[in-house]
Amino acid sequence: MILARNLSLTFQTNDGPVHALKDVNLDIGAGEFVSFIGPSGCGKTTFLRVIAALEEPTAGSITVNGMRPDEARRARAYGYVFQAAGLYPWRTIAGNVKLPLEIMGFSRAEQEERVRKVLELVELSGFGRKYPWQLSGGMQQRASIARALAFDADILLMDEPFGALDEIVRDHLNEQLLQLWEETGKTICFVTHSIPEAVYLSTKIVVMSPRPGRIHDVIESPLPRERPLDIRETPAFLEVAHRVREGLRAGHGRSGEEGA
Amino acid sequence: MRSVLPVLAVIAAIIALWYAGALALNAKWAREQAARSGTELSLTALVVETMNQERALLPAPHQVLAELWDSTVNKRVTSKRSLVFHGWITLQATLWGFALGVVVGVGLAIAIVYSKVMDMSVMPWAIISQTIPIVAIAPMIIVVMSLIGIEERLVPKAVISAYLCFFPILVGMVKGLRAPESAQLDLMRTYNASALQSFFKLRLPASLPYLFASAKVGIAAALVGTIVGELPTGALRGLGARILVGDQFGPPIRIWSALLAASILAAALVATVGLIQRITLKRMGMAQ
Repeated sequence: MILARNLSLTFQTNDGPVHALKDVNLDIGAGEFVSFIGPSGCGKTTFLRVIAALEEPTAGSITVNGMRPDEARRARAYGYVFQAAGLYPWRTIAGNVKLPLEIMGFSRAEQEERVRKVLELVELSGFGRKYPWQLSGGMQQRASIARALAFDADILLMDEPFGALDEIVRDHLNEQLLQLWEETGKTICFVTHSIPEAVYLSTKIVVMSPRPGRIHDVIESPLPRERPLDIRETPAFLEVAHRVREGLRAGHGRSGEEGA
Repeated sequence: MRSVLPVLAVIAAIIALWYAGALALNAKWAREQAARSGTELSLTALVVETMNQERALLPAPHQVLAELWDSTVNKRVTSKRSLVFHGWITLQATLWGFALGVVVGVGLAIAIVYSKVMDMSVMPWAIISQTIPIVAIAPMIIVVMSLIGIEERLVPKAVISAYLCFFPILVGMVKGLRAPESAQLDLMRTYNASALQSFFKLRLPASLPYLFASAKVGIAAALVGTIVGELPTGALRGLGARILVGDQFGPPIRIWSALLAASILAAALVATVGLIQRITLKRMGMAQ
C-alpha cells in the first residue's frame, strides 16, 4: 500500500539544513492501522505530508498504491485529517462534508447520498444543517473525519486528530475510530503524542526519534483486532506500551537531548 | 435598555458643549453690537443674543437644525437651495466612486495575494498614493479628465472618491484573502483543487468579513472624496459646492447645515453597509 525506501527530507533553513527525515524504510499493508509516535521534531507529521504529496522528499523513494504520491493524490488515494478540524464557518456540517465532493465533481444526487452515508458513519446524522460553531470540539473533529471519508479514499491520513481534545472525548473518539476502521477496512496512518492512544488503536506502531528524524522501532501489536476500552488494563497491552516507552526513551538518549 | 442612558448622556454632553461654544464665540460680536448702540447687555440678554445671531460664528444647534429643516423639507427637491438636491448629486458620485474603489481595491488585492511581484511593486505605491493630500491631486484629476474630453462632472468626482476609498478596501481584502490558515490551504491541495476552486470556495468567502469591515471605512472615505472633489472645481451642485459657497458668500449657518447633512449621509451609508454585512454574514451562517 505504502512503501518508503531510504526516504530522506532535508529542509534548508536560515540556521542551516534540518534533517526532518533520514533513511526512512517502511512498508504499510492494506487495512493496517499504523501509528507514528515520537517527540516533536521526529518527522512523523513530515512523513504523513510526504505520503500526501504536500512535501517533496529530497532523497529515496516512496510509492502510494504503487504510484508516486502526487499521482496517488490525483487518483484520490487518501483523505487527510488535520489536528484542527478546520471546518469552514460559512458552511453547514453537510456543506463542509460536501466540499471535497464539489471540488471533485460528483453529481449532486451522489453528493447528497455520500454526505448522508458518512455522517451516519461518524454518528452525526441529524447535525447536517448545523453550523460548526454549534457543535462541540469532538463533534467538529468527527465532521472533519467524515469530510475525509466522503470521497471514499482507501487511505486515511490523520495528523494528531484528537490532540486538542480532552481525555474523555478522546477515549470515546478512539473507540469510534476503531469501529469505523472495522466497518470500512481503510488503511489508517495516525500521528499521535499519546502512548495509550497509539497502543490502543494500532496494528503497527512506528516509534520515531528526532534530529535527524528517523524510525527507531517498528512494533507489530499482538493485541486482537477486537478491542474494548478495558483492554488497556491487560498485561498484553501494558507490555506493548512498555516497549513503546522504552523505544521513545532510547531514541531520545541516542540523540543526546533532554525533554524535547 | 441599559445602554440607552450612556448614549443619551453623550449626546446631551455634545449639545451642551456646542451651546457653551456658541456662547463663548458669539459673545464678542453681541457685546460689540451692544456697545455700538450704547446699551448694556444683561447676562440673560447676552445668552439670548448669542443663540440667535444671523451670522453667528458658531450657530447654536437649534439654528442649524432649523436651517437643515428649512433647506430639506421646506424646499422642493429640484430647487438649487434644497440640501436634498445637493445631497443627491453628492450621493451619486459617492456611490459610483465607491463601486470603482471596490473594483480597483478587490482587483489589486487579488493580484497582490497571488503574485509576489505585484505585492512588492504595487503595495508601496498604494501606500504612497494615500500620503498625497487629496486637495492637491483633485484639481489635477479634473484637469486631466477635461483634457481627455470627459465633460461630465460626475466622472472626475467619482474618480477622486475612488482614489480615497480603494485603499482601505485593498488593505482589508489582502488581509481577508490571506486569512485562511495553511492547514486549510493544504486541505484544498489534498483535494487537488484548482487555483480557481481554492479562490471561490475558500479565500473569497473567508475574506468577506474583512471586506465588509473595510467597506464601512471605504464608503465614508468615498463621501469625503466626493465632497473634496466638489470643493476646488467650481462645481455649483453637490454638498461640497454648498459648503464652499456658504464659506465664501453665504451665512456660516449654510456650511453648518451642509456639514450636518453630509454627516447624516455618511452615517446612513455606513449603516447601510453594516446592514448588508449583517444580512450576508447571517445568511452565510457566520453570525453567531
